Amino acid sequence: MFYIHCPYCDEHREEEEFHAKGQAHIARPLDPDACTDEEWGNFLYFRANPRGIHHELWVHAAGCRKFFNITRDTQTYAILETYRLGEQPSVTSQS
Amino acid sequence: MSDTFTAVMDQLPTADVLARSPLYQHSALRGDGLQLQENALATQLVIRGNTDDASFVQGVAKATGLALPGNLQSEANNDWRLRWIAPDEWLLTGPANAAFTMETALRENLSGHYAVINVSGGQTLVRLSGANARAVLMKSCPYDVHDRNFPAGKVVSTVFAKSQAIISRLGDDEWELVVRRSFADYIWRWLVDAGQEFGLSEHA
Ligand SMILES: [Zn+2]
Repeated sequence: MFYIHCPYCDEHREEEEFHAKGQAHIARPLDPDACTDEEWGNFLYFRANPRGIHHELWVHAAGCRKFFNITRDTQTYAILETYRLGEQPSVTSQS
Repeated sequence: MSDTFTAVMDQLPTADVLARSPLYQHSALRGDGLQLQENALATQLVIRGNTDDASFVQGVAKATGLALPGNLQSEANNDWRLRWIAPDEWLLTGPANAAFTMETALRENLSGHYAVINVSGGQTLVRLSGANARAVLMKSCPYDVHDRNFPAGKVVSTVFAKSQAIISRLGDDEWELVVRRSFADYIWRWLVDAGQEFGLSEHA
């Protein structure tokens, strides 16, 4: 079980209060009509599946119901940081 | 300004409109250091807005007499309790039949980007009190309800008995749950079952 710090409640909560929502920082194309099928398909369906550091979108479903981001190591399961929407991760695979 | 009033509806305009709380079939119960009681048909309003907007903060204070509480906190006076439930969302609860008056007062004092929603029919309040109330909560949810983590005045939305609840601690031995209408009967029965060891029973 994860013990997750919600950056909005500013408190650690049990994992069962949360839902994982997949890869974070996916920018929707500003003009979908101008996308090729490949560009649109990549946006809709294709996701990174790294071994190691990964940025994920989660929602505090049973708590404040806000979406936020988690930087997590998919190899060790360690949560390295949580941060609000609109913010950038301070821990990346480059750092 | 008047257009913000088009959404306001007096849901109980006259006494002959039948209002039934979701727990109307259950009556208050008393055990050994444990009391269970519904606060039926209480007024419940969700208020949404931005605390960076001074007119929003002042408007809520003027209408309710309460300051907007911060993270996981609540503010209360004799009639009303204002609970933080998200960074831009609060739950105001108060006496039965006061929803229309309070919603009107809020809308009179607020302007711009905000929302007031009457959710009185969608959820209900359950009061759990007595020295053993905390033990019942410990059996029902994974959240740490110990004094050092859950002092009086704190409010927490969390998973509860495989459902959800907004848990408020009103005093040392006074707790209040806000539960969904459709889950109210189930949660009530869960609480009675959890309170069995403290002498709670519906078949007295
Ligand atoms: Zn939260």
